[in-house]
Amino acid sequence: MTRLYSDDELLALSLLQHIMFCERQCSLNSNEQLWFDNKLTVSGSQLHRRVHGDAPRREKRGDVIVVRELLLCSHSLGVTGKADVVEFHRVSINGISMEGCDGLWQPFPVEYKHGKPKVDDCDRVQLCAQAICLEEMLGAEVPEGAIFYGRIQKREAVVFDPVMRRTTCDSASKLHALVEGGRNPPAVFRDGCTHCAMKDACMPEVTGLREKASGYIVRALSGNDADG
Amino acid sequence: MKKHLNTVYVTTPGAYLSLEGEAILVKTDGEVKGRLPMHMLESIVCFGHVGISPPLMFAACERGICIAWFTERGRFQARVGGPVSGNILLRKAQYRSSEEPSCKAQIARSFVIGKIANCRSILQRNVRDHPEKAGSDAKEAVDALSGSLRCASECLDVDTLRGIEGMAANYYYGVFDGMIHVDEDSLRFRNRSRRPPLDRVNALLSFIYTMLVHDCVSALEGVGLDPQAGYLHADRPGRPSLALDLMEEFRSFIADRLVLSLINRRQVTPSGFTVTETGAVLMDDDTRKTVLVGYQERKNEELRHPFLEEQVTVGMLPHLQARLLARHLRGDLDAYPPFFVK
Repeated sequence: MTRLYSDDELLALSLLQHIMFCERQCSLNSNEQLWFDNKLTVSGSQLHRRVHGDAPRREKRGDVIVVRELLLCSHSLGVTGKADVVEFHRVSINGISMEGCDGLWQPFPVEYKHGKPKVDDCDRVQLCAQAICLEEMLGAEVPEGAIFYGRIQKREAVVFDPVMRRTTCDSASKLHALVEGGRNPPAVFRDGCTHCAMKDACMPEVTGLREKASGYIVRALSGNDADG
Repeated sequence: MKKHLNTVYVTTPGAYLSLEGEAILVKTDGEVKGRLPMHMLESIVCFGHVGISPPLMFAACERGICIAWFTERGRFQARVGGPVSGNILLRKAQYRSSEEPSCKAQIARSFVIGKIANCRSILQRNVRDHPEKAGSDAKEAVDALSGSLRCASECLDVDTLRGIEGMAANYYYGVFDGMIHVDEDSLRFRNRSRRPPLDRVNALLSFIYTMLVHDCVSALEGVGLDPQAGYLHADRPGRPSLALDLMEEFRSFIADRLVLSLINRRQVTPSGFTVTETGAVLMDDDTRKTVLVGYQERKNEELRHPFLEEQVTVGMLPHLQARLLARHLRGDLDAYPPFFVK
């Protein structure tokens, strides 16, 4: 750990997922405070509402205690956010004690995602950050978690190995550098842009080409002159 | 691209709007007059004594629906919106560029170029469509505006730009009457009068300009820009200078063309106005309604945005241009690209 971030410097944990997906999208979210919904984000929030709905904040199912909407933070990563669900699994060693329950328990974060498992690490990094938060806040070991994907209605197990933890720390550093810099990285138009809810604000087609606006003005004036 | 949604104009005195599920319940004298689904709305504009329940205000703010009150005569009174949108980095960039002479002039120039080019397009179109009616003075005005455009495109001094813009406005309004094709003395336009409007055409222009300023303010606030810190228009407390800047490129295309078509299609008639003792002209209720319907229809028309190269509605233009300005101020675009009428 190089440094600890103060409370004032904490950034939204969910931005880690954005910075993995697209640095510019992340910058528009954080530096520009822009957020737009599209079909995908709306179904995502509906899924979250269903997950949380009227379910009790905490329930015990045999050897698992399920806690919903747990507020988290990590001063080493400099992030704060919310876990959809944290399960506490009964273990015989390396666990922590839970109020009102005997024995030792190990936190196991579960994140709910609307889509299907992704090729890149963006969802896994978000989950790993939650694990690091839990470790810091509870002094527990959190070796594993899971992501539930709505499209396939299945959990994908995630192991928080050193490589994953490294990736997560690196993205957090990158996120802090992005916010401290205050500038937007230039847009690069790619396939992912088509489904991005931020597309209208990002304008990747026109902002990606930095000389286009002045050229457009010159062209419009000379064109109009010709038929004027 | 974001859909342009509707504006509800409430002109009935004493109307009361409240929230009913996802709909707006409209009542007058305690009697239910109708229900409007909220998801189709972009803003609610009230004229005169119109009440809105706090729960409806909260629900509207949450959905990004802006609520504004005007007097019956169209003077802005109040606006209700959610938390300040946007971000401090953008606003700081806006203030910095409005203080820095060359940045300021560069942006002011875009607004002036957009305005003059679009005034010229409207005139050119009229000359093309009515060659027998458009006199030689209309053609001269088109040439004069081309000259103004050339001057403006080489000018990087705000005071000079204001001068060029003022001259261009004189050329344009000097031949504006030539675009009115009804033979009615009381519907002639002589020169621009604002406070108060001294003829019917000016009353129409002023009212639609007010609606357009309101739309520009909302658009700027929507992207997080401060509608008061302008480039072309000088700072004056209470004046939405940036909204006035942004409006310049739309005046002729959105407002003037609407006024001309309302008159030329005889949708408004001389009897729909009241001329007061001081010569100030007021619109009657029916005329105001006709104008508002016309304005909403105009906003629903579609066109291809010349810079974004996308199909958009006229009503989206202020929002899109505000967004492009924000992108320029945050360094994503090398200039502010004005909207040019094709």
